[in-house]
Amino acid sequence: MWQKLCFMTLAEESPGAGAALAERPTATAEAEDDSFAEEVYSLPGGEGVRWCIQCGICSASCPNVARMEYSPRRTIAMIRAGRRNDVLNSNSPWICASCYLCTVRCPRGVKPTELMHALERLSTRYGTHSRRVSTPAMYRAFVNSIKNNGRVHEVGLMMEYYRKTNPISALRMSSVGLGLLRHGRLSLKASKIKGVGQINAMLKKAESLGGAK
Amino acid sequence: MKVYTYFPGCSSSEGTAVAYGESIKAIAGAIGMELVELEDWNCCGSTPYSSTDELGSLCVAARNLALAEKAERDMVTPCSACFTVMNRAKAHLREYPDLRAKVKECLKEAGLEYGGGVRVRHLFEAIYNDIGFGTIAAKMVSPLKGLKVAAYYGCQLVRPESDFDDPNNPKSLEFLVTSLGAEAVPFAMRDRCCGGSLVIPELDLTLGLLHKVFESAAAGGARAIVTVCPLCQTNLDAYQDMVNKKFKTSYNMPVLFFSQLIGVALGMSPKALALDRGLVPAKKVLASYYSAVAATGGGA
Ligand code: SF4
Ligand code: SF4
Repeated sequence: MWQKLCFMTLAEESPGAGAALAERPTATAEAEDDSFAEEVYSLPGGEGVRWCIQCGICSASCPNVARMEYSPRRTIAMIRAGRRNDVLNSNSPWICASCYLCTVRCPRGVKPTELMHALERLSTRYGTHSRRVSTPAMYRAFVNSIKNNGRVHEVGLMMEYYRKTNPISALRMSSVGLGLLRHGRLSLKASKIKGVGQINAMLKKAESLGGAK
Repeated sequence: MKVYTYFPGCSSSEGTAVAYGESIKAIAGAIGMELVELEDWNCCGSTPYSSTDELGSLCVAARNLALAEKAERDMVTPCSACFTVMNRAKAHLREYPDLRAKVKECLKEAGLEYGGGVRVRHLFEAIYNDIGFGTIAAKMVSPLKGLKVAAYYGCQLVRPESDFDDPNNPKSLEFLVTSLGAEAVPFAMRDRCCGGSLVIPELDLTLGLLHKVFESAAAGGARAIVTVCPLCQTNLDAYQDMVNKKFKTSYNMPVLFFSQLIGVALGMSPKALALDRGLVPAKKVLASYYSAVAATGGGA
């Protein structure tokens, strides 16, 4: 399959790829899973994978590619090669900052940003997301804040996030936190909107309709 | 007066970017805008929601759209993330009929309905197109002559798509800076990423991105950075000290919201513009514009 050849032979285009490669878990001899590519094509945001010409402009544009286990281009090649586990375990989507540079530059309209989000949702649904990043915990705390208050309460979000991940790492942030507090930029009390009930009624219905799909 | 529905977003209403909301309130009337806050608005959901649960995130965004539709006005938001996320939700509801049908059912549970008719605009774009920088310049009390500013777009003002500026080479923020009498310095990183909310889970990665932005702004000779996004301001301002420690640099670059920059030129007081909320003080850089105002007896 030509896609697989692309995946194996194209030299990585990013300047920091060496570091990323070194960090990467040893390549698995994962069996090809044809249903995986089809599954991704069927997701909102996954359609464009079919149109990719593997030019690598997305990876060359990506500010965070050096920290990704697989570049955006490579991620696409792996999807087409059916590498389900490698893709859904990778840290790459969680390192995406949604800067949309890849999306405006891609010559084929693939929308790699949307693809990254789609992969985050897929690995959340299967519970296979990377344990080597803490973005999922931050996103969960963010969503919980909306469910509880209707708005994001930054202090509450941070507290939940550090409690669930690494409380010690909060120390590093303490000077920033104090600075913001002294300048009146952290509200200690969460403000709750009147429509919290509405939101939860909607989300309950959403779940009954297939929820996080 | 032009009337808009106003969606402040979480950080600009009372969070880390409260100065954004405060300075917008201060300048709105003076530049001919009436901003009517969307009643009982909720968080737009932002990237974290759409990255974990598509239907849930669309529901959350759709509640705001449904509430706004009743008001029959354009909705403006000063937050680039809210702007992008709500427009993304609108596009998804248009492009995916099955999601649209599901969201409709969910909205019904909340007694709401959305027909697709709200225009969601970035406040900066509304000021650019509806008010005009020339109109603002005509009202200036203290032109920002000699102030070297790095105009920082960040990501989500003109990307993923823009109907008012070039996503690959934006110009509008530089137009504002020069309209106010200041100088827009050459600034290669002007539309690059500040890391956004990744600053929490990926601190070192984000400090690296911020470092590049400062390096580029300083190379152009900027004395201050101006932004259109609450996340950009918070990252560039509150983490500047950490960047300095990590990269052994000594950047001392106040980071202003575009609304604050307009307010200074209009002669509004530092207090009204919440300039004192910046962690990197802007006083020194802006002092001459205030003393000029004091000398002529103008200003608010
Ligand atoms: S820029 Fe577009 S076409 Fe090129 S590799 Fe990336 S996704 Fe594929
Ligand atoms: S949107 Fe994500 S994947 Fe695309 S260039 Fe930006 S960080 Fe990289």
